[in-house]
Order: sequence, then structure tokens, then C-alpha cells
Amino acid sequence: MIGFQTLFYKEILRFWKVATQTITAPIMTAMLYLLIFGHVLEKHVQVFSGVSYTAFLIPGLVMMSVLQNAFANSSSSLMQSKITGNLVFILLPPLSYWELFGAYVLASVVRGLVVGLGVFVITAWFADLSFVAPLWILLFSVLGAAILGTMGLIAGIWAEKFDHLAAFQNFLIMPATFLSGVFYSIHSLPPVWQAISRFNPFFYMIDGFRYGFFGQSDVNPLHSLAVVLGFFIVLASVAINLLKSGYKLRA
Amino acid sequence: MAAIQITDIKKNYATLQALDGVSLSIEPGEFFGLLGPNGAGKTTLISIIAGLIRASSGNVTVMGHDVQSDYRAARRQLGVVPQELVFDPFFTVRETLRMQLGYFGLKRNDDWIDEIMANLDLTNKADTNMRALSGGMKRRVLVAQALVHKPPVIVLDEPTAGVDVELRQTLWRFIGRLNREGHTVVLTTHYLEEAQALCSRIAMLKAGRVVALDTTNALLKQVAGSQLKLRLSGAPLPEELRSLQIPIESTYTSLRINHTEEIEPILASLRLHGCVIDELQLQQADLEDVFLQIMDGAHQ
Repeated sequence: MIGFQTLFYKEILRFWKVATQTITAPIMTAMLYLLIFGHVLEKHVQVFSGVSYTAFLIPGLVMMSVLQNAFANSSSSLMQSKITGNLVFILLPPLSYWELFGAYVLASVVRGLVVGLGVFVITAWFADLSFVAPLWILLFSVLGAAILGTMGLIAGIWAEKFDHLAAFQNFLIMPATFLSGVFYSIHSLPPVWQAISRFNPFFYMIDGFRYGFFGQSDVNPLHSLAVVLGFFIVLASVAINLLKSGYKLRA
Repeated sequence: MAAIQITDIKKNYATLQALDGVSLSIEPGEFFGLLGPNGAGKTTLISIIAGLIRASSGNVTVMGHDVQSDYRAARRQLGVVPQELVFDPFFTVRETLRMQLGYFGLKRNDDWIDEIMANLDLTNKADTNMRALSGGMKRRVLVAQALVHKPPVIVLDEPTAGVDVELRQTLWRFIGRLNREGHTVVLTTHYLEEAQALCSRIAMLKAGRVVALDTTNALLKQVAGSQLKLRLSGAPLPEELRSLQIPIESTYTSLRINHTEEIEPILASLRLHGCVIDELQLQQADLEDVFLQIMDGAHQ
């Protein structure tokens, strides 16, 4: 347990020591999204009845920040350690696969939630938000961050250089996030794209999260929870098996 | 029970056999040297002992614990100083050592951390970020990290590569003390005088195989007596002296002699056959001679 606690603490300390880059910058980016999209679309788009576009957008931006930063934390930490060679300090001690998995993913969840909270605190001033089901907000944000933290872990194990990681981020994470309903409801899409969106697990994370605020969502939140939970279990199994096999870590 | 038991270890990469059936038994309390030229497989073997890479076949135990099936117990017994000068740029020396202690599942022990730092002359760098340390200081931290969990078996992979005399002396004083206190030490180095002075037993690896394994004294006896090192010109070494020649690839011709009285007849023979002696040295045999001889023999 001490091994897990130490690695978790180290991962927290790692991002905390460069908080400008890991916390302040993504909050600033989300703020810019809100100002630009909110200003341009506020008077043209209404997604849910009785909910302004800016209010609709805020939970999407919060969740997007949670997800992207959770991914960035585990993936960049592991990648940096691999490139600089200091991963050896993690590989030499008797840390179990579960401890490695738990520490990297939990630290990613913390970073995701810290950034998400920061984005929320800054953006909440721009719209009247309701909190119909706060537990759903918490549940989906933690699960979403855990999923992306796990994906970051897998990407960090697989990638051999930052270029690989950038490809993972730009060709998978970014499109899946942007096309998940951060900026719109999938009901505003043509039927084909609506159908495609239902294969995107990110859509369920954001839709379930948004339900916690407004009590309205594109799909039943229980359905979203089942998809999100299932997705997490699949990814966690993959990550733990990669750690157990030593894939690309212990040649 | 051996401190490290290595049984028929093989490691194949795509087109390369890095280790070809290595077996060694390193006893508790030994100061064991693992020597060999670059690419001989020393670091691969150490990495397999440490669980950093997996052997293609064979097995390794550390203090009786298999490094694969009982990896957690095996790793607790082992402290490894890696060859590469690696560090985590986010943390200070003290933070680095505290974390390494924690990774081994041990509670914070600042007294021990202070003692290690004092022994490695790191005390006044305790709160300095790793990035700000010189190469030599970083090397000291690597040693401290390997020792922080008080492992009974310590493996040092070329710990003195590129470090100054002061650090070497500090390091060997400290490691020597740990060895006298009962720690098993395994050392790889290219500084053969270090291995000769420190190691009680030595294994030599070449192309993934053990080509020599004996006590340091026994290995030195393989090159009995002294060497007469000659730089000759004018004519090749006379046939009658060929039997004394030590087969070492060098610009010198080395002849094995047991007594100084043997020198005059050698010189007489060289004169008779028209050899000009450009340079002459009389040298006591050392580990380097043994190493070169064995490596050359293994090559033939």
C-alpha cells in the first residue's frame, strides 16, 4: 500500500510542480472556448428548453477539460519517464501491476477533477446553472477521468516517442471529444451522424455529466452509466494486462 | 542459499543472441566482479536479475526468490545502480530518495536517508533539484537510490564510468563498508584495476557466454610471474621465443617469464636474430593481462 501511495503522491507532485502548464493553461483554454462559442452562438442556438446555450456549453467544457487533462497526465508522465530513462525507478521496486495502474489512473483523475473544477469556477459566472443531480455530476466526472487516465496509461505504454503520443491525442482523443456533444446536442445532427455518435463512448460521458446539471439528456443517464462503466472495465483490463505482460516496459 | 543464482539464462533478440546459457552462483557476502567487453551481455544479465527485461529461457533467483514468479520478494532483496545517468527532473535529492524508499513499501526514514547522503557527500545537496546537480552528483544519487531500502544484494553496473577520483574513492569506501557488513556486491566495470582490488571472485563474459569464472587470485595465477613487454623492430620474434609469448593483440610483444634470470637469454636471442628493441618494460601480471588473454583465447 505504501508503494501505491508513494507513486500516487509522486504523480500528484509531478503535475503540481508545473501547475501553470498542467492546471492554469487548460482552464484558460476552456475559458476562451466559452467566450468565443458562447458569444457567437448564445442567441442562435437553444439545445434544451429553458437552458441558455452558454449554460449548456459550460458542463461540456468542464467535462472536456476533465477528460483531456486526465489523459495528458498519465500519458505524458509515462512518456517522459520512458524517454528520460527514469522509468527504471518505478520498474526496479516491488510495485505490483495493480499499484502501478491505481496510482497512475488515480493521479490522472485528481488532475482531471482539479482542472474541471477550475474551469467550472471560472465559467460558472457566465450563466445560471442548476444542479439537478450532483451525484451524477461527480460519478460521471470521476469515471470519465478514470477512463481517460487509463487510455493515457495505455498510450504511454504503447508510444515510443512523443510523436506517437501526439498521434493518439490528435487523431483519437481530440476528435472523439469534439464529436461527442461538447458544443451541441446530437439531436441537432442528421440521423446518420446521430447514429455514429452513439458509438462514441465520449458522448455518453458528456451526456451523463450534463444530465447531472439540467436533468435533461440525449439518452437515459442509466444507459450512459452502463456504457461508461463497461468501457472503463474493458480499458482497465487491457491496461492491467499490458502492465502484467511487461509490454514495451520490460523487453 | 546463493545470493544470486543464475541458471542457464538465454536471451534472444530478433537477430542477436545476447546471452547464451549463462549460469552463475554468487554467494552471500561476496564482492563479485562481472567483466567483459562492450556488448558481452553484462547489462542484459543485470537487467534480467533486476526484472527489467525477461530472459528467453532459464531462471534467476535473488536470495532464493525467483525474479519472475516471486518478483516482489526478489526485488526487495536487490538494489541496482543503473549504468545510464538517469534522474527525475521534477524533484530534489531528498524527495527522490524518500520516494524510492516508498516504492519499496517502506515508511519514511529520514535518519537513514541522511546517513546515506552523508556517506556519499550529498548532504549539502539534499534540497537541490536533480537537474541542478553535476554528473558526478547525479551518479551519487543513483547509488543512494539503490541503497535506500537496505538491500542485502547490491548490483552496480559500471558505477564509476566517467566519474572523478574523489567520487570513486568515496563510493568504494562506502560499498566496501557495506560489503564488510555482509552485503553481497556485484560489480561490472571497465576499470580492471578496480575489479582486481575489490572483487574476491570474477566472471568474464564474452558474446553472451561465461568464458572465465574463478577467484581473482586464481585468475591472476593463470598469468604466472611477470611479463616482459617489448616493442620490436627489425625482425620478427624468433621461433625459439614463441612458446613464451602471451597471445594478446597489442602493439607490444609480451613474453611470460618466471624469474629475472630469464631476461638475459631472451635478449641474447633477440640480438642474435637481428631484432631491435625499441622499448622494454618488465611488468607484474595483472587482471588486465588475464582479461586480454582470456578474451583473446575466447576469440580463437
